[in-house]
Amino acid sequence: MKSFVDDREAPADGRPEHPDNIPLSIHDLTVAYGRKPVIWDVELNIPEGKLVGVIGPNGAGKSTLLRACQDLVPKTSGEVQIYGKPYKEQRRMVGYVPQRESVDWDFPVSALDVVAMGTYGTLGWFRRVGKKQKAISLECLERVGISHLADRQISQLSGGQQQRVFLARALAQDARLYFMDEPFAAVDAATEQAIVSLLRGLNADGKTCLVVHHDLASVTQYFDWLVLLNMRVVASGPTDEVFTRENLQKTYGGKLSLLDDVADRLRNVGR
Amino acid sequence: MMWQTGYAMLVDRRKRGLAVLMVLVILTLAGGAAEAAWPVAEVKGDVWKLVTLQSYNSRLVILSTTLLGAASGLIGVFLLLRKRSLMGDALSHATYPGIGLAFLLMTSLGGEGKWLPGLLLGASVSGVLWVVIVSAIRRTTPLKDDAAMGIVLGVFFGAGAAIMKMVSNLPGADAAGLDGFVYGTAASLVFSDFLLILVVTGVVCGAAILLLKEFALVCFDEAFATSQGWPALRLDLTMLALVTAVTVVGLQAVGLVLIIAFLIIPAAAARFWTHKLHVMLLLSVMIGGFSGWVGSGLSSLLLDFPTGAVIVLVAAAIFIISMMFGLARGILPRAVRHARLRRKVGRQHLLRAIYELLERHQLDAAEPVSNLAIDFESLAVHRSWSSAELQSLLRTARGEDHLEDEVPGRVRLSESGFGEASRVTRNHRLWELYLIRYADIAPSHVDRDADLVEHVLDADIVRQLELELKGRPVRMFVPPSPHLIDQSAG
Repeated sequence: MKSFVDDREAPADGRPEHPDNIPLSIHDLTVAYGRKPVIWDVELNIPEGKLVGVIGPNGAGKSTLLRACQDLVPKTSGEVQIYGKPYKEQRRMVGYVPQRESVDWDFPVSALDVVAMGTYGTLGWFRRVGKKQKAISLECLERVGISHLADRQISQLSGGQQQRVFLARALAQDARLYFMDEPFAAVDAATEQAIVSLLRGLNADGKTCLVVHHDLASVTQYFDWLVLLNMRVVASGPTDEVFTRENLQKTYGGKLSLLDDVADRLRNVGR
Repeated sequence: MMWQTGYAMLVDRRKRGLAVLMVLVILTLAGGAAEAAWPVAEVKGDVWKLVTLQSYNSRLVILSTTLLGAASGLIGVFLLLRKRSLMGDALSHATYPGIGLAFLLMTSLGGEGKWLPGLLLGASVSGVLWVVIVSAIRRTTPLKDDAAMGIVLGVFFGAGAAIMKMVSNLPGADAAGLDGFVYGTAASLVFSDFLLILVVTGVVCGAAILLLKEFALVCFDEAFATSQGWPALRLDLTMLALVTAVTVVGLQAVGLVLIIAFLIIPAAAARFWTHKLHVMLLLSVMIGGFSGWVGSGLSSLLLDFPTGAVIVLVAAAIFIISMMFGLARGILPRAVRHARLRRKVGRQHLLRAIYELLERHQLDAAEPVSNLAIDFESLAVHRSWSSAELQSLLRTARGEDHLEDEVPGRVRLSESGFGEASRVTRNHRLWELYLIRYADIAPSHVDRDADLVEHVLDADIVRQLELELKGRPVRMFVPPSPHLIDQSAG
């Protein structure tokens, strides 16, 4: 099977032969909000079955990258392929854990109701959640260790429990590729452990997870593949190869690089 | 006292259904009494006729407003949860110029200017146009939602007022009654209007129920919905279309100024009673329908009162009751729960303080603690209580039969009090040990943290704690305190 990625130079991360085996393949992706470019020329290939940490400073475009992969923000240019096809043909392959703060937790639904939303995709229009979906949802809550809170209204859950509800909802999607936006943000130690063991479990089942992460101290412990992002991809590869002082400097470095300078000018164009 | 029992029932989950039923019965009785006691003598006889829909004129009006109330109660829930309340308000105001223009168009074409479907069509077009312009402004300029809505709303309503004035000055055109759309003239409803309302509210309710899952998903988490392939924008537009439909058919009865109250108040009131979406929807429909029914009934008794206003006032009364007494988030139930927890915490502190003092009289840590009388002073010193605080705590504990007063100035735990005290102390210690062991909290800090949590430990968690701490050699029924108990310890 031939595709546009094949006739380009193979990147260092050693892309598998068949693009439909690559969970996520991004080519030349640029996203801009208004005048402000958020990510530039992102080239990325993620091999199957990896726990991938996406790290970078605030405003580096980590969330935007995840959102752009799922057509949640318009792409200025470029292409994203999920298992060799555009996202809209592959929705059932993808599970999504948005940032916890992105929703109003004061919504009148129970934890189980939220998890059941993960089954809506297979349920389709107009059909209601039935016994089967409830059973799936309860099992997913069990997997994140809070099935006893199934009937609890979501505002009465702690932050960590809310995060687990979101993870359970993604599990209910039964996907092969998971996008997780800062699942470790502001959670208690017990939840962090629960999430880590959940990630390992997914990994053992051959699933691929892209996880936006902030804590550099735990990066090597949690992830076997890293994407270092700061508007563009600084490095992508096995953690032990790319998690180097030099790469981190490039990603987080305080010095105003030429790139930042250009970005600044771009932002001010037409002001 | 009666209130207290009532409240205990409200807060208790199992007895809630019964309590709600009782409240409803009381409200109905109170309403009946108020209506019966109405000073105008001849009104009395009419009330029953009205309520049972025996008079033809009011039957149409009451049925129409009830249907409208129910439908707007339903769709209003989604408007509220989508945080679009203001949008609904602006939308209804934006229908104004459409009415005038439709009248103008129909008159100039030689038709009947006040043909209702035509007027309502004009109102809908104007409302939809408003939505389009607001979205366009929001997308193409840096103006925020509220500014865009405010600007367009003002222009639309101003244009509407100008057109209305123009129309009323038009020679040969009878525009009298058009201003009824502003405040509503329910009394002018005829059978064909009722049919229109019946059909439209039926369609709106049907669509909202059919799309319940999809609407809820978009309201809760738009990004997730979109990522799963649900067309969030189209669902939003459908929602707004349903709101527009209810607004437009409600114009004649309620008026464009007050229709927003119809949309939002029932939903907001319902939210105070429940944390469940389907219960909220049902309650909102009931509150909306009830307000429409009672409100239009009342307004036809008081001939000079505009129907829309009375309906909204009825709905507002229900809202205030809900805000005060709503079981899920009302002010009073929350205060009761809070006060109850405070009493419980105070009682447990007292019992534990007594127990800790009793432990001091122990000679050997392996011996069981014996129940002796403790003097008030050492008790007050132990927890740094003022004498007033201590007296109030003792009063509560006496009320629960936890204390036996034998000698003045001294206090002794009763049989049940002693059992409770050792249980409370035990839970406290277990939690402290857990904190030190698993949460890595310094022993000098655990007492304070344990203090906050121990009061909400239920039997289940205590069992788990026991399991967790099984490895630890706890020989006694109550493990010894893992830190020094001094006077300043909380």
